[in-house]
Amino acid sequence: MKAQLTTRRSPILAIYAALVFAFIYFPIVVLVVYSFNRDGVGGFPPRHLTLSWYTQLFADSSVWDSVLNSLLVATGGVALSLMLGLLAALALDRASFPGKVLFRRLVLLPLILPGIITGLSLLMFAVFAGVQLSLLTVFLGHGTALISVATTELFAGLQKLDRAQEEASLDLGATPWQTFWRITLPNLKLSLIAAGLLIFTLSMDEIAVTFFLIGRDNTLPLEIWGRLRRGITPEINAVSTLIFAVSVALIVIWYHLRSRSLDAPARELFEQP
Amino acid sequence: MSASPANPPEQNTAEGATLLEVRNVSKRFGATEVLKNISLNIACGEFLTLLGESGSGKTTLLRLIAGFEQATSGEIWMGGERLDVLPPYKRPVNTVFQNYALFPHLSARDNIAYGLRVKRTPVSEISGRVEEALSMVKMQGFAASRPSQLSGGQQQRIALARALVNRPQLLLLDEPLSALDANLRKQMQSELKALQREIGITFLFVTHDQEEAMALSDRIALLRDGALEQVAAPRETYARPATAYAAQFIGQTNLLHGEIRGSIATCGALRWPCEEADGSVVFSLRPEAIRLSADGKRQTNEVRFRAAVRQQLYGGSTELLEVDCGKGQTLRVRVPACGRLTGEHDFVFSISDAVRVQE
Repeated sequence: MKAQLTTRRSPILAIYAALVFAFIYFPIVVLVVYSFNRDGVGGFPPRHLTLSWYTQLFADSSVWDSVLNSLLVATGGVALSLMLGLLAALALDRASFPGKVLFRRLVLLPLILPGIITGLSLLMFAVFAGVQLSLLTVFLGHGTALISVATTELFAGLQKLDRAQEEASLDLGATPWQTFWRITLPNLKLSLIAAGLLIFTLSMDEIAVTFFLIGRDNTLPLEIWGRLRRGITPEINAVSTLIFAVSVALIVIWYHLRSRSLDAPARELFEQP
Repeated sequence: MSASPANPPEQNTAEGATLLEVRNVSKRFGATEVLKNISLNIACGEFLTLLGESGSGKTTLLRLIAGFEQATSGEIWMGGERLDVLPPYKRPVNTVFQNYALFPHLSARDNIAYGLRVKRTPVSEISGRVEEALSMVKMQGFAASRPSQLSGGQQQRIALARALVNRPQLLLLDEPLSALDANLRKQMQSELKALQREIGITFLFVTHDQEEAMALSDRIALLRDGALEQVAAPRETYARPATAYAAQFIGQTNLLHGEIRGSIATCGALRWPCEEADGSVVFSLRPEAIRLSADGKRQTNEVRFRAAVRQQLYGGSTELLEVDCGKGQTLRVRVPACGRLTGEHDFVFSISDAVRVQE
């Protein structure tokens, strides 16, 4: 609708918009197309389509090791950041304590802190603590760096919760602990899943923090980065295409869940064309 | 209160015995004093209504009894046990919330079973009690529905069943009917009253609707700005309001400001003998206590006056007149439907219907 509107007003603006979109998405299109090109990165326009780069990719065990590492780190990171983020969000939503404003700022700080700072400081901490760098440090790094994301998402979810339901639960004889498990958490389910998906995606393609904390085992982004130093291979195009597809799928699911958990007026705002 | 309770609750619940005792309870939120030294007793089996405008503190008092708020000072006792030191989940009290607060992720049946499950009631017992509660509110056909699939009135019934299934000694109802449309509201009022008689549980009902309070209650506790204005049976409150506020809030009335001097009360154009000490005074005179005097005569203990009809509002069986008695005094008079009235007429009321109230 917006496009029609601008076309009517000024064709130049429409062309400009198209160029901006091209600038953003053309490289991705090229990447996807070349992942199917028999002649690899060279040769334009692509003439012979093939799946051989994908077959080669699926046979490459070091890529799959790194994918497995990334999945391990992301899954652990999701669990850790959701757990700690939920506690922080509960404290921000319910408790009142001195220094609450400071606490909120501190919890949310990693959101605006450059990854390089977070990574460097975590590295120094690991060295100081005498911890050997490994996937464990990467997992701890992702988990802590992404707490802020979990906190903001879950805090938004808690704010939308009807507190009368928790009162009703207590009134019916449930202890605060029972109330949390039987009422609060089930009502927070959508927020938890949405936050988990977002964090998973962020962790899967995280480079800056990972770079400082990585040991011998590479995660997928670092594996790709390492191979790029030896030149761009069509295999990289293939794996990037797969990452792109999975990320888009996750983000779409996250967006859908998130707007479903928003209340009606907010949703309308969200989905206005 | 003649009905015999179907489930006689245990211990010390003979009708008339005190069930709940609110002793000198005050509540502050910051600088605002929401409740001011409230003392109130509720008898077993009673239907007591907390009536007041919004902001009068009626919901706060309910929340203190339920345990969602802590009193700033004072105590609440129930059956020889101090209630206000217990957390909400240990109080033998259940609440029907204003917006029902049903659990959206549970079916109607699971909503009702919730209280029994968290208290580890034997599974064999739960389903029977849930069915019983469902039939009590006539919702047997909706056991599997989610709250979002139910209408407001149906949600209301489930909320009621969810509270009653726990067999509380005291049921707290926070404006439970305010979200329903007028017809449904009337119907639920009569069902609620019948249900309360049938099961014999003590009801503490909060409302801002004086008609609802009059129709349902054994006693009305009228709250104004956090203080109790009057606690009495509806008929008593209506016939003998203690204060000008009570007289105006419950039903319509004429407030007559005047003074007593030498055993004569004078309020504007009206005068009658009154054996009370001299001083300024306020009387409440209900519109229906005044009637047209066809023959212009009056009996002893009656006051007669002549007044011009200024306005006539037809209300089916009755008409509400606004009459001018002279000296700038206007009275409202409710008479049986009588056709168009114009000009001056004679009116009478009996002296005993002019009730002296506190300012």
